[in-house]
Amino acid sequence: MIEVDLAHSSVRALNERLHQLIPQTNELHWRVLNPNGAHAVAVGITQPVQVEIRGHVGYYCAGMNKAATVVVDGHAGTGLAENIMSGLVRVRGNASQSVAASGCGGLVVIEGDASARCGISMKGVDIVVGGSVGHMTGFMGQAGRLVVCGDAGHDLGDSLYEAEIFVAGAVASLGADCIEKEMTQNDVEQIAALLDRAEIAADAIRFRHYGSARRLYNFHIDHSAEY
Amino acid sequence: MCGIVGLFFKRGAATPALGPLLAGMLSQMAERGPDSTGFALYGDPAPAGTFRVTLHAPDDQYDWQAFEAELGSVFPLAEPARHYCSHAVFSLGAGQQEFFDWFTHHHPELGIFGFGERIEVFKDVGLPDAVARRFDLGHRSGTHALGHTRMATESAVTTEHSHPFSTGLDLCLVHNGSLSNHNRLRQSLRREGIRFTTDNDTEVAAGYLTWRLGQGMSLPRALEAALADLDGFYTFAVGTRDGFAILRDPIACKPAVLAETGDWVAMATEYRAIATLPGAAGAEIWEPRPATVYSWQRQ
Repeated sequence: MIEVDLAHSSVRALNERLHQLIPQTNELHWRVLNPNGAHAVAVGITQPVQVEIRGHVGYYCAGMNKAATVVVDGHAGTGLAENIMSGLVRVRGNASQSVAASGCGGLVVIEGDASARCGISMKGVDIVVGGSVGHMTGFMGQAGRLVVCGDAGHDLGDSLYEAEIFVAGAVASLGADCIEKEMTQNDVEQIAALLDRAEIAADAIRFRHYGSARRLYNFHIDHSAEY
Repeated sequence: MCGIVGLFFKRGAATPALGPLLAGMLSQMAERGPDSTGFALYGDPAPAGTFRVTLHAPDDQYDWQAFEAELGSVFPLAEPARHYCSHAVFSLGAGQQEFFDWFTHHHPELGIFGFGERIEVFKDVGLPDAVARRFDLGHRSGTHALGHTRMATESAVTTEHSHPFSTGLDLCLVHNGSLSNHNRLRQSLRREGIRFTTDNDTEVAAGYLTWRLGQGMSLPRALEAALADLDGFYTFAVGTRDGFAILRDPIACKPAVLAETGDWVAMATEYRAIATLPGAAGAEIWEPRPATVYSWQRQ
């Protein structure tokens, strides 16, 4: 276990060490102490190492993560796991806006609540939120699955492409072109598997399925005069 | 950008911990607002029947002693005056209107930054550490406080345009964002008797709350009314004599973090400002919801 205390070391020095890891590295387990809300902690890792952050982080933690497992034992600020490529990012507390924005792959788990714009422009990442999410969640989501065990705020799935959203609680309102869809047996099995990977206890049967009506992003012959 | 911070002790008398803690919070928000820094402190109440006023002079060489002598010859002074560079605090045993009339007529060169039983307001251009030193924030006590670091987007970078804005008795407001209907609103509030001293948008929001509270609304109700009447982007932190409140606009573009322990509530634009507080690591931390009033009242 390698310990880095951000009370005595800079975020830049930590990130440089993490970036220099090679595929054969034996420095597999890292613990980061005293993040104290610092921005861009553990950003840009490309190797399958485990990073445990003890405390609350600021903006853009674990951004662009590839292969690594990053666990925040606290609250995460705006833009957690932005553009994540693969691996796992877990937050044991709550997360602020734009969780996993434009994430391409991997899994992001928020054990508490996530606020507005969770999964904005997601492109393949899977997101599991143990609590509730704020407004404009899933905005322009293109691919991937977003599972919310609590409630969702206004304009869920606004301007949605092909990301799929599953919510167990109440939805304040659906955004433009987002509709409720049939919950198939395959959906239930997918959610159960995701919840299992996320280590979040919830009954997959309780979820409702939301997706794109595909009226907004496809060319429609009735609109031809507008071009 | 801008950074805002607030710290509210839920109970007990004014504590000397408040000033140093607020200075530490403000220091963390330097990058978010390098143009100017300001803070409002709520200390022990002024002696019964008196009120405190924070005055601002155009420069540090202003002869506050001569001013105090003149003031004391017109109104009874309840406490010794305190001078902090360009700012000074006086406790007056006079009617507020009586004082304002005299002050406006005799000292147009000075500004009023805050008045009430408990509030004191200090603000100036510059980085937070420098402004905190200028006004001796590290040695100031109180029960709650608000602070602001400003990156100006909407009106000039001057001391007068800095936050907090205080437009009514013990009320003050700090703001991250910008309002788009402030000119029209300022006109109508002036007709209702609210005074404004700048063309700043945030001063209009403070004036709006003063007007609503004057109508008998509680602070939470006044903020709910603000949701309908203020157009723009905002995260507000509001202080009153015994209260503290937070409001974000319905879009919630401007960041905010709340933290609460058994002893205190803290609000900041970013968590790193809260991380400096004792007990922060164990506090409940969350992002305030859009268009939702959060308020606390001292017990």
